[in-house]
Amino acid sequence: MTTARTRLAYAALAALPVAVLGLFFLYPVGGMIARGFWSDGSFAPGQVLEVFGRSTVHRALWFTVWSAAAGTAGSLLLGVPVAWALHRLRFPGRDLVRALVMVPFVLPTVVVGVAFRQLLVASGPLGFLHLDGTAGAIVAALVFFNVSVVVRTVGSFWDGLDPRQGQAAAALGATPLQVFRTVTLPALLPGIVSAASVVFLFCATAFGVVLVMGGLRYANIETEIYLLTTQELDLAGAAALSVLQVLVITLLLVLSARSHRDTPPATRTAERLRRPHLRHLPGLVWTLLVLAFLMAPVAVLVVASLHTGGGWGLGNYRALGSTGERNALLVPALVGLRNSFEIALGATAIALTLGTLVAFLVSRRPRRTAARRVAGIFDAVFMLPLGVSAVTLGFGFLITLDRPPVDLRTSPALIPIAQAMVALPLVVRTVAPVLRSVDPRQRQAAASLGAGPGRVLLAVDLPTAWRSLLAATGFAFAVSLGEFGATSFLARSDNPTLPVVIYQLIARPGAENFGMAMAASVILAGATALVMLAVERLRVGSMGAF
Amino acid sequence: MADEPALSLTGVTVTFGDTVAVDDVSLDLPAGHVLAVLGPSGCGKSTLLRVVAGLEDPDTGRVCHDGRDLRHLPAHKRGFALMFQDGQLFPHQSVARNVGYALRLRHRPRDEVARRVADLLELVGLPEYGDRMPATLSGGERQRVALARALAVEPRLLLLDEPLSALDRGLRERLAGDLREILTGAGTTALLVTHDQEEAFAVADRMAVMRGGRVVQHGTVADVWGRPCDAWTARFLGYASVVSGSAADALRRAADPTGSWSSLALRRSALRVDGSGPLAARVLAARMTPEQIRLRLDLDGIGVLDGVAEPHEDVPVGARVRVVMDTSRTAELAPS
Repeated sequence: MTTARTRLAYAALAALPVAVLGLFFLYPVGGMIARGFWSDGSFAPGQVLEVFGRSTVHRALWFTVWSAAAGTAGSLLLGVPVAWALHRLRFPGRDLVRALVMVPFVLPTVVVGVAFRQLLVASGPLGFLHLDGTAGAIVAALVFFNVSVVVRTVGSFWDGLDPRQGQAAAALGATPLQVFRTVTLPALLPGIVSAASVVFLFCATAFGVVLVMGGLRYANIETEIYLLTTQELDLAGAAALSVLQVLVITLLLVLSARSHRDTPPATRTAERLRRPHLRHLPGLVWTLLVLAFLMAPVAVLVVASLHTGGGWGLGNYRALGSTGERNALLVPALVGLRNSFEIALGATAIALTLGTLVAFLVSRRPRRTAARRVAGIFDAVFMLPLGVSAVTLGFGFLITLDRPPVDLRTSPALIPIAQAMVALPLVVRTVAPVLRSVDPRQRQAAASLGAGPGRVLLAVDLPTAWRSLLAATGFAFAVSLGEFGATSFLARSDNPTLPVVIYQLIARPGAENFGMAMAASVILAGATALVMLAVERLRVGSMGAF
Repeated sequence: MADEPALSLTGVTVTFGDTVAVDDVSLDLPAGHVLAVLGPSGCGKSTLLRVVAGLEDPDTGRVCHDGRDLRHLPAHKRGFALMFQDGQLFPHQSVARNVGYALRLRHRPRDEVARRVADLLELVGLPEYGDRMPATLSGGERQRVALARALAVEPRLLLLDEPLSALDRGLRERLAGDLREILTGAGTTALLVTHDQEEAFAVADRMAVMRGGRVVQHGTVADVWGRPCDAWTARFLGYASVVSGSAADALRRAADPTGSWSSLALRRSALRVDGSGPLAARVLAARMTPEQIRLRLDLDGIGVLDGVAEPHEDVPVGARVRVVMDTSRTAELAPS
């Protein structure tokens, strides 16, 4: 029963995340957008509209759409069979493969860009493909990032699909292909739509990869915003593109939320998974190939990091204590590593606190329609950071939080807060489905036995949710370690994070700088991978699924 | 009796890791008959059904249908139909599309499918339900739709996995009668697995009792019921008590002097309070039901057994009563 008091308690719980999101997300992003519409204190939407007439913008728009579409298609093509193999079969090493597939998603975008270039340059192992500097390479990198989203999301739907449905169809005479078409596919469709819309979102807002691999030839909206703000100081142009982006993203999130409504509860069927059979071989081979595709760039990084001017060795790693060739950096690279860890810890703490609150609130199912609608909007608003350009967010921070009422220019909390905004939706998406899966009658049973609200949380919700909380912690930590888009605006050169260090190193000439960038990338990739491997052991199905 | 069995299992064994789920099972099922495989949960009966359906490969042994070995024949080529405990209707398809599923797979003409679906829904008592979605149906309605779907292509063999267990009692009894009528009416050969002896008796004409992966007894329902192979089987089939050894001798001498049995399974109603009965007992517990009074009786020189009394009788706890045994409600155990 919703009494005035419980309503008040919910409102109080919601106040903190709403305030933080308002101040550190909506306000900077809004400020950034407003900056474009108001020039010299007067409202001037004309120059914003003018932006859409430019040919560079047309090119960026077109590239954004088709590269995102191609990246989405590629991710589905690679990911759906892998989801099947990892969620429908039982074989030794499966859990390790599940964890490895997850690693690319949290790899720093800059690192991935560098790794792909290493793989594809004329002298690289795949140089014969002549893909270096092409749009195909960018699409491949987008696919690389997002395969895990498809595997996770579609896999969780596969987990929820009772295999006996297909068996009933087979017993009625349906061939495996007919079973897939008439039973499996309709059941997976919401998951596929959901995964596709999120992947499209990620591809359309990809920043680091396109920046590193696109060079001057290819730009998407995201890098175009970056270019307009930092190089050409054309805020009106950037604002116009940001508005467009926010609109499209809101639309996609609505689409994704709609398909989410069909999400099966986070239950698993009791049916034992099958051991692979000879007829499953194509699927397993496909999984192996995808795994090779996902691991190749990482392997290339490791090799390049061990390659020094004088041959092979750990020289590049030792050089991380220095500031690089011709002082490419203001501080030794290791300072960046330490910063990254400290910032990631802070960001994780913030994201986890807020994310848990939000997850708790959205997992309650209010009975009144009005309250349900509020909860729905609440849920959607906290998904916004998932799609809003990290560049817009970072630049918004710069231009809105630099003077009263909020002056954080010199605050060490600035970057952790920005990264926490990026990680927040991922925390919510990991924890909320698990909390939602708790049968409300369990809470009612506990309450009827005399447990107060706090006691109910401890006795019912926490035992179910602690794994997902731990997983979300690791996930947020890994994501924030690799965050580049927003951080690149906010990190000062004398106090950079590791991804920023890597970007600075590859932007400068010199073989030694490049070697250092490789070594730093390997450390970053290794750290995020280790975190993900640890988290994967918790077996939280909702992690990385959308 | 020269019936060639439609389905024949020989030495079927299935293991999962270290556990033997099905242990050297051999069974025959003549065409047109309904065989119930009866056993407690975990006895391997569902695995056995899955082997017949082609969803599980046996480690050893053969499954033959009409004399043809089914090894390596995948489920969808066997021409059987399987109906699960919870129906497993396709949630995204309407009732009519669910029922017509197998017909569409076989590319039957659309009007034929529509006609057959209407007939089947009529048969299972759900006309006018074609446009409903499975989520809007009750449990019993879902099972009826699942049955109609399974019958749609006149399967060579119908496999039923606890078809009625998920339903409440009244519905189960009604649907069991319907199921029996539908199966015999169509002359369908069917294999049913269940843990519920009432379901088995209501639907099947042959019975196999499974325990720990093995078939401990099989035959016609009357054979198995009339002569359980051991005390466990007798209790599982629904006999209230089993007596053997000296207690059995004492009971035989007092109540059935012409009998020659050495152990006996008794239904609750086999022992009835009757002032002129040959047995003496003390009432340990009494419980009123609409039909009769259910009693725990301590029979002199025999031991504690279940019995009944007519509702009007006065049988307080602690009372001494005379008891008669009705041998038509007992079964002699097969000599071990």
